[in-house]
Amino acid sequence: MSTLAHVFEAAGLATIALGSVRKQMEGAAPPRGLLCDFPMGRPMGKPDDAEFQHRVLAHAFSLLGSAEPVIEEFTEAITEENHEVLSCPMPARSNDDLHPAIDELRGLRQAYNRGIAKYGNRAGTGRTIGVDELEAAFEALVRVSEGTPWKQAGIPGIPSRVAQDIRGYYDMAALGLSDHIPSAWAGTNWFFDQTEGGELILAARAAMRDAGEKRPIWFYMTPGDR
Amino acid sequence: MSDRDIKAMAEHMEAPQFEGRAFTTPPELTKASVAIVTSASLHHEDQQDFDPADEGYRVLDNRKRDFQSGHWSPNFDSSGFAADMNTVIPLDRLDELAGQGKIGKVSDTHLSYAGNQFDLSAIRMDSGPAGARLLKEAGVDVVLLTPV
Repeated sequence: MSTLAHVFEAAGLATIALGSVRKQMEGAAPPRGLLCDFPMGRPMGKPDDAEFQHRVLAHAFSLLGSAEPVIEEFTEAITEENHEVLSCPMPARSNDDLHPAIDELRGLRQAYNRGIAKYGNRAGTGRTIGVDELEAAFEALVRVSEGTPWKQAGIPGIPSRVAQDIRGYYDMAALGLSDHIPSAWAGTNWFFDQTEGGELILAARAAMRDAGEKRPIWFYMTPGDR
Repeated sequence: MSDRDIKAMAEHMEAPQFEGRAFTTPPELTKASVAIVTSASLHHEDQQDFDPADEGYRVLDNRKRDFQSGHWSPNFDSSGFAADMNTVIPLDRLDELAGQGKIGKVSDTHLSYAGNQFDLSAIRMDSGPAGARLLKEAGVDVVLLTPV
């Protein structure tokens, strides 16, 4: 963002860059920057909180009054976001003949549909595969976790992109199951720590890593600390 | 996953350096046309998705708000945007400010780039200036930059 700020200002546009990583903002030194200690992925801080978002905008636009380059810090930090443990009522096993992740995938479909109906499909599925193709992706990932080389397993796309669609499915299911918008990372932590689908991706990723596949192929299937 | 962990990873990335710092003085905000430029890899449903190392941008039509995330990084929370687009691209908030007369107008055009870039030279030399020209031609005065 700071790079674009410099380029745009040189072209005659006044800019305000929001940023949440202090060293990056101070190092790149955009002409006007507002440092916001918000979760990554939420540059306006709080979803569905118009008053909070207006406070961010008011501070950001106030920087336009400065006669010289300026970087300020928004006074309200969001640092408690990592503490929420999302507890979603999971569907019971309905078909013991299925892999548990596939059984879970089917069981969460109504919750996913509710999430999509309420919020739309901005970040659910469809980057590479649609919701109806997830089961085939799970079957391929099961094969990978059991030792089949990923290129032979039938993963319907680049593994990291397919993993994003799966994570998006669970994000939307979590929104469908929860009575509120979960705090940042709560849905992701629920997915990787408490669901069969998350466990499957972690297992497939570990199998690819252990088989000596190139790091970019498997590493980006999950956040970097997994 | 800890947001602190992800930010700590980002802290270690080299920040781009600029010899000078251009500075444009805007018109009064109450008369300014305001656009949003985000690095959230947003695109409309009928636009091409972003490639893994896509250095280009997508032009976002203010009248269409069917935004979808095409971001390739797994290292951010996407549930906030999934639930409320204003978490990333606060157009509803700009509409309200325009309605109150606090900003001149909301631009008809906004832009989205891909934030998961390591080599910024093409954005710096090519797609960045091209995006700036497009916004200038659209009458934009002020740009709010939102990172993802």
